[in-house]
Parts: sequence; C-alpha cells; structure tokens
Amino acid sequence: MNANAKKVVYDPLIDNNPITWQILGICSALAVTTSMNTALLMSIALTSVVALSNLSISMVRNHVPGSIRIIVQMIIIASLVIIVDQLLKAFAYDTAKKLSVFVGLIITNCIVMGRAEAYAMSHSPKMSFLDGLGNGLGYSLVLMTVAFFRELLGAGSLFGIKILPLTSDGGWYQSNGMMLLPPSAFFIIGFMIWAIRVWKPKQVEKPDYRIHEEQNPDLI
Amino acid sequence: MNPLTKILQMPNDSRSKTLIVALALCLVCSILVSTAAVMLKPRQEANKALDKKRNILSIAGMMQPGVSIEESFAKIEPRIVDMANGQFVDDMDPQKYDQRKAAKDTGLSVALSKDQDIASIRRQAKYATVYLVRKNDKLETIILPVHGYGLWSTMYGFVALAGDGKTVKGLGFYEHAETPGLGGEVDNPLWRAKWIGKEIYNPQGEVAIQLLKGGIGPATSNPQYKVDALAGATLTSRGVENLVHYWLGDNGFKPFLKKVSHEG
Repeated sequence: MNANAKKVVYDPLIDNNPITWQILGICSALAVTTSMNTALLMSIALTSVVALSNLSISMVRNHVPGSIRIIVQMIIIASLVIIVDQLLKAFAYDTAKKLSVFVGLIITNCIVMGRAEAYAMSHSPKMSFLDGLGNGLGYSLVLMTVAFFRELLGAGSLFGIKILPLTSDGGWYQSNGMMLLPPSAFFIIGFMIWAIRVWKPKQVEKPDYRIHEEQNPDLI
Repeated sequence: MNPLTKILQMPNDSRSKTLIVALALCLVCSILVSTAAVMLKPRQEANKALDKKRNILSIAGMMQPGVSIEESFAKIEPRIVDMANGQFVDDMDPQKYDQRKAAKDTGLSVALSKDQDIASIRRQAKYATVYLVRKNDKLETIILPVHGYGLWSTMYGFVALAGDGKTVKGLGFYEHAETPGLGGEVDNPLWRAKWIGKEIYNPQGEVAIQLLKGGIGPATSNPQYKVDALAGATLTSRGVENLVHYWLGDNGFKPFLKKVSHEG
C-alpha cells in the first residue's frame, strides 16, 4: 500500500473518526452496544456495507445522472444491506435476532451515505473501497470500545463470558443497570470524544462566539 | 457503434440516460437481492425451526448436554388443540400450522372483548399448537404456547406443566423487548427457576398463581401459588401474571388441561 492509501485507511480510525469526530452514526452506536457479540456483528455488517457500497458507487460514478444521484446511491446501499441481513439470518441466526431492525437501519446510517456522497462519487473504486474500509473500522473501533464498558460494567461479562461475578449469582459485583440502557452509550461516547480531544488538541473546535470577559453595562 | 458504448457516451443528464441508468440499476439490484433471498431461504427456515425447538426444550427443562436438539425434540409430540372445546384436532398438520399467523387472520381467530382480554392480545387463534411428552404411555409434560403484553412489547413464550396439568415445570419467553436489566430479567435462569414446582390452580380450580413483590419468605401464606416478582419491573411482572391467568384460564387452555389430565 502506498502512503496515500494508508492514510485513507488509517485516518478515519482516530483523526477523522466518523463517530467521535464527524459525530455520525450515533443512533446504532447507542442501540447495539449492550454486548460485545452484537457490537462485533454490527461492526462487521456495517464495515462490509460501507466498503462495498463505496466500491460499487465509485464504479458507476461517471454515469450517474446528477438528478437521481442520491436515489442511485440509496438503491445500491439498500440492496447491499438486504443481502447482508439475509446472510446474517442464514449464518449467525442468534446474534442476528438480537440485532433485529438495526441491520436494516444501516440503510439510513449517515456514515454509509456520507462516504458515498463525499468520497466515492469523486474517487477511484480502489481508493473508495479503502476509504469505506477505514471508516467502517473507525466505526467498529468506537462500537467495540463502548460495548466493552457497557457489557463489563452492566452485565459483568465480555463476549458472554463471566468476568465479574454478579451479586445476583452469589458474587461480589453489583451490576450497573444504567450501563444496559441507551443513555450510558451517550456518556461513554462523550468521554471518548473528551479523551481524544485532550490527546489530539487539533480536534478541538473553535467556539462560534466568545462571551465578553467583562460585561459592558452600556450594552445592556 | 455498439449500443452499449452509445448509451455510455450519452450526456449524463439527458432524459433517456437517466431512465436507462435507473432501470438498469433497479434490474441488477433486484436480481442480486432476490437471488440472495431465494438461495438462503432454506437455511434461514431451518435456523428458525431449530431455534423454536431449542426454546421449547430449554423452557421445559429438557436440554441435555451432549444430546442434539433434534434428538431431544423427537420425544416431543406436537398436537393441535381446538381452543373452543379443548379437543385435539387430528386433520391439521402441526408442522404446517402457524399459530402466530393465525391469530392475525380474522377467519382463524376470534376477537376478545375488553374484560376477557386481560393479557392485551386482542385476538386469539382458534387453534393452538401444544407439545406433549409421554413416558410409558403416561403424560409427563404439557408445553403450552403463551403470549401477552408486558411493558413495551408482546412477550412470546411457553409454559411447561407436569402431567397433572397444574404443577409448573418451567416458564420462559423466546421473544420480547422488555427493558434489559429490569423487565428483561424474565430471561434470567435464576428467576425462571423460581417457577418450577409452583401450582397454577387452587383446589376450587381457579387460577391462583400470583407474582408477589418483596420476595417469598417462610411467613408467606400459600407459597405454592406465589412467585417472586421481578425487581424494578412492576409492569413486566404484571404482564407475566396476566398472561398466565389468561392462557391457563377458561378462555385459554383450562378446558384442554382438564380433559388431558383426566385421561392421563
């Protein structure tokens, strides 16, 4: 891989992460992160859909009429999502049942649509595929991190394997029920964004306006 | 010039190219989607059937390590029951009958009046699939499908009763969307174990089972009719109580249980 291709794949992992930097695709990150298993399956599903949709949209990009551009992208994305959903139901039935509607909702995931419109429409198929892969992996990274904390603190397990024995089973760990509810994912993502911006201050946005340091009584 | 190159060379925004691109894309995508759906269907159906069998076995406490699901399920005999009179129906194939679909079909189900419908299910199928386990010609386990509304969702599950038709051998849900950690604890094996050995009917033949807040202590009167309610999930617990009352009551399986437990 040359330097450019490397950058396209690695950049969305931290520096340009679709969730923590672009703040896209939050909804599914809240819904499917109660356990590592579902988060992993969702990550695989989304990564393959973004990579393949970027690839196929980029292949037809020179012949897409501008007036139906978004519809063309939607049809390609929707078809890929249905195929992925069917595959999951056939080969990973139990976990797919837990993901229920969220696989179908990848169609409306802003990351997929965003990458198609922002990148695949103007880049070569190979680069678009790599870009989709990178963004999918960036999404997966956040999802797995959130799921790690939620499953460990909420259910005392990782990938369904008991790590902390729960008081309800006679152990010592009192599980944190909030971790199993969607708001906890908001908190964890918030903390992650905070941590990343402390680590990489370049990501801190400039404030839109400044409050006057001293109030001017003439203006009131 | 070859017609394909001709199309490709048309200006992108011309009307005919727009139509051709839209049509061609739809055609390709629909072929891909339908191929995937058709090719994977047998596998998906097999998964679904296996999942249902696994649910029935685990709720009835018949899952044994090392024995395959198909093998354990071979001991179970599915039968169709007419809900109106509790008689077996022999001219319907239990493999093909889908009770959940039938409950939505106006021809195959009856609407419930407000005071009948304590489980909030609106319609009840006329026929139900029950699962029987016999040992040496004696009825050992009766597994009944139940469903009802909890807090957020309709909960679908099974109740397994002993051959006498009143002692609980297991209760569980295979589909629900209750709050994880609270109402979702209906799936907790520890809570489900609390049902085992409870009695459904009092000596007068009424459904007496109750979900009790605060736990069952030695001071609780008639503990055989009482199960500890789920902590922090009042409405889910109430939903479970209501659906057990409904499905084991007069509109539910009570006539059938009376008949079948007499015959043994």
